[in-house]
Amino acid sequence: MSIRRLAVIDMDRCVGCQSCMFACNRRHGTGGLARSAIHVSSVGGIERGFSVRVCRACNDPPCADACPNKALLKREGGGVKLVSDLCKGCMSCMQACLLGAISWDKERNLPVICIYCGICAKYCPYQVIELQKTSEVS
Amino acid sequence: MVSFLSRVLIIDLSLKKFRTEDRGLLFSERIGGTGVAIRLLNEFCPEGADPLGPENPIILSVGALTSLFPLASKCVAMFKSPLTGNLGESHAGGRTAVTIRMAGYGAIVITGRSEEPVYLSISPDGVTFHDARSLWGMTRGDTAARIIRSYDGTPGNRTILRIGRAGERMVRYAAVTTETFRHFGRMGLGAVFGSKQLKAIVVSGEDTVPVSDGKTYRQLYDRLFDQVTKSPLMKKYHDIGTPINILPLSTINSVPTRNLTTSKLEGGKNLAGEEFAARFLARRVACSHCPVSCIHIAQIRTPYPHDPYFFKTTPVCYDYELIYSLGFMVGISDPWQVLTLIDEIEGTGMDAMSSGVVAAYTTEAMKNGLITSEMTGGISLAFGEPDTYLEFFRALADQQLPLYRDLGRGVDYAAGIYGGQEYALSFGKNEMPGYHTGPAAIIGYLVGSRHSHLDGAGYSIDQKPDNKSPEEIALDLYTEEVWRQILSSLVVCFFARGLYTEDVVSECLAVSGISMEKNSMLKVGEDILREKYMFKFREGFSLDSDKLRLPARVTEQVSGKGYITEDIIRKGVATYNDLIKNGKNPSGMDQIIT
Repeated sequence: MSIRRLAVIDMDRCVGCQSCMFACNRRHGTGGLARSAIHVSSVGGIERGFSVRVCRACNDPPCADACPNKALLKREGGGVKLVSDLCKGCMSCMQACLLGAISWDKERNLPVICIYCGICAKYCPYQVIELQKTSEVS
Repeated sequence: MVSFLSRVLIIDLSLKKFRTEDRGLLFSERIGGTGVAIRLLNEFCPEGADPLGPENPIILSVGALTSLFPLASKCVAMFKSPLTGNLGESHAGGRTAVTIRMAGYGAIVITGRSEEPVYLSISPDGVTFHDARSLWGMTRGDTAARIIRSYDGTPGNRTILRIGRAGERMVRYAAVTTETFRHFGRMGLGAVFGSKQLKAIVVSGEDTVPVSDGKTYRQLYDRLFDQVTKSPLMKKYHDIGTPINILPLSTINSVPTRNLTTSKLEGGKNLAGEEFAARFLARRVACSHCPVSCIHIAQIRTPYPHDPYFFKTTPVCYDYELIYSLGFMVGISDPWQVLTLIDEIEGTGMDAMSSGVVAAYTTEAMKNGLITSEMTGGISLAFGEPDTYLEFFRALADQQLPLYRDLGRGVDYAAGIYGGQEYALSFGKNEMPGYHTGPAAIIGYLVGSRHSHLDGAGYSIDQKPDNKSPEEIALDLYTEEVWRQILSSLVVCFFARGLYTEDVVSECLAVSGISMEKNSMLKVGEDILREKYMFKFREGFSLDSDKLRLPARVTEQVSGKGYITEDIIRKGVATYNDLIKNGKNPSGMDQIIT
């Protein structure tokens, strides 16, 4: 099985259109951004460019360790998988992520966790992000 | 939270209170944007209101497709214009519309006046009123925005709308700037903010926007996204941006130059969009939910004159209109100098188009001895000299001397005092846009509900090869303008008008939960347009030909379609007047339509 993760390959090409964010949310069949797992924001005003915060599928993810209820399972090859039923909404995972890649879905009281599907990359018109194969695991 | 379009947030700055109202019927009848805003303006703006008084409301509205579909990201502002004295309507991109929608509001109404400078933080939970005394009186508007950006604790997706010192001092064509480089530029929304002591508004929100059917939504979205990103539909905005038009339009004598005293600017080729792109373009950015990225940002490097090896690098956003008004209009053909002027105007928070036209009028009035250097505080304007214009714009924004206070009311007002009406280039009291393409442009400026080139797009009619009669021009303007009411109610960017056809709009509306038959859409557009004119008429505007001041200069200087006669313009105005008052099918119109 190939393990995939998102990579920001050229931040300087980001125009801040947020197409990736809306694409991520659209997976759920709705508009808006409440459930987007990718976040684009300006670096002190749009004239200075943008930052993209997205889960980089850490090999040893701190968010999983921070969860007191083991709601985030470490994925073989990096990253995590959310087990929604176990989450008690304490937000420890969000606080543990230094990158700010975890946001909070207030409507469902659950963390928004990237599932490494790559839909955001598909809708990026400027090849800023890419879904990469990181390793093969048996 | 789930965001419902029909929620209207109503803020009273005098009492520092807010409330929300559900206005489902209003949005189902009028979609959003312009259609909703004109109804709210009629509701909240008393007849004869002082545009700079607490009774003048600010309406911000977004549309049914906002945060659902690409390029539906314009925010419509309506207010009584302190520049024209009637309908004020201005549209801005950036993140404002998308954020307002995801904060859970379809429209925001701001009334009253704060006793001290204030800025508002708006979120799905409501409004916080912040003391903004420390932000008042700053030289540059972007400094205030930078402070708010780091001070305001609102998380996630945000937009910041703010004014500069020209707005604080109520220059009647002061702008409201959003996301550093996008503007509610025209008609003086910035002065209305200033009159209310409203320095800025921060909105934050990223709620879910529901759709009627998720699968249909995704399929329709993909179709539109493919057209935007893969077809040539948007290419010109994407590559060179709006300045792509500089070269072709200046070649056909259509860019007003030196207060329309000539049709050619020496060295004007240096101001071509291709030149800006090759020499200065540093970054392209986009409005929210728009993959096109038409916002072109130059980087200019300025040495400090007495301090070697010290430079400042300044990002400057340029567009066609700015190159027209701060280049051609004031006779400056060096792109670096034009960018420097744009940056100065950006800092003051004035509308670039009006400012350039005011400067050009003043230059000519000085040449003719109507305005003297005693009046200007020692500044002697001459076409082509950038340093004096820099000083002039600073003084204009500062509003210290009586002359600048008069000029701060627009060229129509200033010419009434100092003379030179024949070359005071404004239409309906709004300064001239950058198209002297022919009769359709001029008729459009005079009759348009916003007196903007975007009302009916006369400049586009002029650029077609056929020569139309004034009656045909009026009908074309009216027909286009009716459809544009639908687009601006959806808050679709006019650059995407080729994408959002009647069929596409109908499909998108169905997904968004608003049912509107395709064949009833034009009727809705016509009704919205008429409501706008009813407001204008109520506030004293008249489409009667003898009430509209036509600066003689437009008939004296050759246009893209040759010389324009006053007779043709007046005939076009009369036909448009008839169309507004009687619709498309009154007696006598049949012949024109066939």
